[in-house]
Amino acid sequence: MSDQPHRPHDSVTLTRRDLVAGTAAAIGLAVLGRGALAQAAAPPGPSRAPGGPATPLGARAPHERPRRVVGGMNREISLTPLQDLRGIVTPSDLHYERHHAGVPVIDPGAYKLLIHGMVDRPTVFDLQALQRFPAVSRFHFLECSGNGESAYRGMRPDQSPQDVDGLTSTSEWTGVALSTLMREVGVHPRATWFLAEGGDAALMARSIPVEKGRDDAMIAYGQNGEALRPEQGYPARLLLPGWEGNTNVKWIRRIEFADRPFMTRDETSKYTDPLPNGTARIFSFVMDAKSVITFPAYPAKLTDAGWWDIIGLAWSGRGRIAGVDVSTDGGRTWSPAALEQPVLPKCHTRFSLPWKWNGRDALLMSRATDETGYIQPTLAQLRAARGSGTRYHFNHIRAWRVQPDGAVVFGLEG
Amino acid sequence: MTRLALFKHALIALAAVAPLHVRQVSGRPVPPARYGLGRPATPQEIRAWDVSIMPDGTGLPAGSGTAVQGAAIFRQRCARCHGATGVEGPFDRLVGRAPTQGFPFGRDASLVRTIGNYWPYSTTVYDYIDRAMPYDAPGSLKPNDIYGLVAFLLWRNEIIADTATMDARTLPRVRMPARDRFVRDNRHGGPEVR
Repeated sequence: MSDQPHRPHDSVTLTRRDLVAGTAAAIGLAVLGRGALAQAAAPPGPSRAPGGPATPLGARAPHERPRRVVGGMNREISLTPLQDLRGIVTPSDLHYERHHAGVPVIDPGAYKLLIHGMVDRPTVFDLQALQRFPAVSRFHFLECSGNGESAYRGMRPDQSPQDVDGLTSTSEWTGVALSTLMREVGVHPRATWFLAEGGDAALMARSIPVEKGRDDAMIAYGQNGEALRPEQGYPARLLLPGWEGNTNVKWIRRIEFADRPFMTRDETSKYTDPLPNGTARIFSFVMDAKSVITFPAYPAKLTDAGWWDIIGLAWSGRGRIAGVDVSTDGGRTWSPAALEQPVLPKCHTRFSLPWKWNGRDALLMSRATDETGYIQPTLAQLRAARGSGTRYHFNHIRAWRVQPDGAVVFGLEG
Repeated sequence: MTRLALFKHALIALAAVAPLHVRQVSGRPVPPARYGLGRPATPQEIRAWDVSIMPDGTGLPAGSGTAVQGAAIFRQRCARCHGATGVEGPFDRLVGRAPTQGFPFGRDASLVRTIGNYWPYSTTVYDYIDRAMPYDAPGSLKPNDIYGLVAFLLWRNEIIADTATMDARTLPRVRMPARDRFVRDNRHGGPEVR
């Protein structure tokens, strides 16, 4: 859209230098008899002068400044700005981070993946070898299993979707199916688990059931059309679609097949879920269905009563999202939201619902259902099942309160 | 060119390409059982990288240590992050048996999970220190140092005596207080909230 609807008359010849000089352009306007004294001080509009040149590497419009929020005592997490995103893909430089000993610098030429243990042929793959196998590309979300704890306890009204749930992102991942590598090395029929170990300073390690390896696991080296970002595991990571983020071991350097789990720290001391009955769930891999409204949400403010589009993201680690219901009255009544295509398994799905705001207090909620028939629980349901002290997997229904002045705050207690 | 002429050209072009296209499809190779990519891993390579330690002690190296030896290493290498007695922080609290009854972590968010009250396997303490600690210099501790640290932490958590020696034989036999508290995931989709 141009702010200069009338172009110079064809008979007026402007030199390149005229075009780049604001004052000269104003003279040009005067010559055309438009007498635009008020416009004389303003620079020419974008339609009145050639724009900038092509560049080797693009950048965002200067007006767009989405940023991750970095946190943690060792700056080991960063949160995706969900409220700034459209569609389902997270730009790679905004993908959330959770590191266990920082981001290692790995030379792709020296990279090796060792696969050994209960296999016929212990094998070392370099990056080129991995990339010579037939590649697969799939869109999947990754979510840290600790995502959303501040919606479970210690709720604050001044939290954005990023603050509450920013530890989830979606990318197109490209790599080699782990099942292909498993055939290549000849995994023993009696192997039931494998250890996935990163090459970071924590040698971060998780035990994974072999069935997941045969099902849809991959060794990913590509993200959104390019190499993985360093903070996403460059040059290669494990991808376990739908499973808690930490099991998708980054910078993967070793896979060991065995007939039992290894019981590493990150599957015993951490990433286990205490339950109210005096036990703790171990190997709770799958991320249950969840949805979050990303607009209207803090810190957005509705400027007028009238029509607004409620939008958000929904996903399930067990498959496709079957539907999302939205309530604007705190859960008394629900309306089915539209699901934007594509609706992919184990992937963020965009939903929307047009809403005519009457200018009064409103409590917005979204509730996802996945293809297994699982319905995103209420906070009360989840607390009853898990207890108030549990850790991880906080996938209950969130709420945003729209106040009469249009300000939006997080939580049930506005 | 008229629209009709364009259409004719398109038909001719299609007829010329079609048989070639069919030949290309039929020539697609059948995926092999193995691609023959990668190279055999040498025993030395595997030994150099295989740091895994199993709950039954598989993978534990030779060497040994006691709580007294471990206390000195803890002061030098660990206390800055975990506190003088493993309790004070600022990073993870390692020591503490309370609550000793009922494993009420699901009911009380204020409880801090320590080696003594939460970790189910003693071997994990060795495995994790070996992998990741100290944070600023992982991989710098020798097996005797790690056995000593493990002995110190298990003693501080009132699980072994201060005179006990930890090695590849004794460590897997240490039974942790929270050993039987862990249950497998029983969520599997469907309408029930678990």
